[in-house]
Amino acid sequence: MTIDDDGARHCAQMLAVARHADQAAFAALFAHFAPRLKAFLMKSGATAAQAEDCAQDVMATVWRKAGQFDPARASVATWIFTIARNRRIDLLRRDRRPEPEDLPWGPEPEPDQADALALQQDSQRLGEALAQLPEEQRALIERAYFGDLSHSEIAAATGLPLGTIKSRIRLALEKLRQKLT
Amino acid sequence: MIRHHLSDALLTGYSAGTLPEAFSLLVATHVSLCDECRARLAAQDAVGGALLDRQEAVPMAEGALTATLARITGTAPEARPVSRPAPGLFPEPLRAYVGGDAEAVRWRPVGGGVRQAILPTASGASARLLYIPGGTAVPDHGHRGTELTLVLQGAFRDETDRFARGDVETADEALEHTPIAEAGDPCICLAVTDAPLRFNGLIPRLLQPFLKI
Repeated sequence: MTIDDDGARHCAQMLAVARHADQAAFAALFAHFAPRLKAFLMKSGATAAQAEDCAQDVMATVWRKAGQFDPARASVATWIFTIARNRRIDLLRRDRRPEPEDLPWGPEPEPDQADALALQQDSQRLGEALAQLPEEQRALIERAYFGDLSHSEIAAATGLPLGTIKSRIRLALEKLRQKLT
Repeated sequence: MIRHHLSDALLTGYSAGTLPEAFSLLVATHVSLCDECRARLAAQDAVGGALLDRQEAVPMAEGALTATLARITGTAPEARPVSRPAPGLFPEPLRAYVGGDAEAVRWRPVGGGVRQAILPTASGASARLLYIPGGTAVPDHGHRGTELTLVLQGAFRDETDRFARGDVETADEALEHTPIAEAGDPCICLAVTDAPLRFNGLIPRLLQPFLKI
C-alpha cells in the first residue's frame, strides 16, 4: 500500500513549523484543518461563531506548541484533535480534565524516520478501517467523540481494531524510556 | 508489573473528554504509571484524529488565516519543554489535587485505623484517597454505581484478586467484596465513584454521613 499523501505532507509541514517557524507550511495546515476543526466543534455543540473562534485558537496553539509534536507517537490530525478536545472542554465548561504527567523527555535525538513513517501508515489504516465500519457503528463512535454519549452508552462504541497502532506507540514509548535511562 | 488496567470504555471517554472530573483524575494518574495504557490511550486519540480528518469542511470566515497569524505574530514556536516529573509516590496529576506528595495529604480517621481524604472535584462523581493500615480490612461493602480503586502504595486483596501499585480494580453493583490490605506498608489508594458507598455492617452505615461520599 502507499503512504497517505496527505498524512505524510501534513507531517512534513508540521515539522517545518516546529523547526523553522515556516509560515507557508502553517498556512497549508490551516487550510486543511481549520475548516475541519470548525465542523468538529459545531457537531460538539458549539455555535458557528464559537467554533470559528475556537478553531483559530486551536491553530494558534498548534503554532506555539509545534515543538511538542512527535511523529513517532501521533499523526498531525491526532495531535490537533487532542488540542481541540482540550479547548472544547474549556469552551463548553465541561468538567476539568487532569492530564497524565509528561514522559520524562528532554533534549533528545530526532525521532526515527522509519518509526514516524510506520506510525503515519498505521494512522491511515485506522482511518480506512473507520470508514469501512457499518454506518450504525461509525455513527456511534462519532457521537462518543462529539461528547454526545453517556458513559454507559460509550461501552457500545468500543471494540475498534486498535491493536496495531497501540503496539506501534508502545514500542515508541519503550524506545523513549530506554534513551532516557 | 501492573496487571489490572483501565477499560476501553474509560479510555474512550477520557479521550473524548467526557468523563466526570474524578474519573479523569484516576485515568490520568494510572496512565502516568502505565505505558501500556498510555499507548492504548494514544490509539483512542488516533480515532479522534481520524474522525477530525474526515469531517466535511465548514468554510472559515474570510480573513481567518490573517486573524490567526495576528494571534501568533512575533512568536516563534516554543522549544520542547524539558520535563522531569518529581520522584515520589503520587504522579503529577494527583499531586496537583493534593497540593503535594503523600506527606501533604490531610487525612481524617474514619474508624478501624482507616483514614481518608476527599479531593475537590466537580459534582457527578467523587474522589478520595484511602489509607488502610497493613493487615486491615475495609468494611464489607457493595456499590451502587461504578467504583474504581487505584493502588499507589502497598497492596490489597479481595475475593477477586491481588492489587498492587498501579493496579486498578473496577467494581460495579454486582461486586460485594472485602478488600484487605496486605501486611506491611499501609495501603494507599485513590478511589473514585459515581455513587455513595453502601456499607453492609450497622456501625459503618452509621458512620457513612461522616464519610461524606
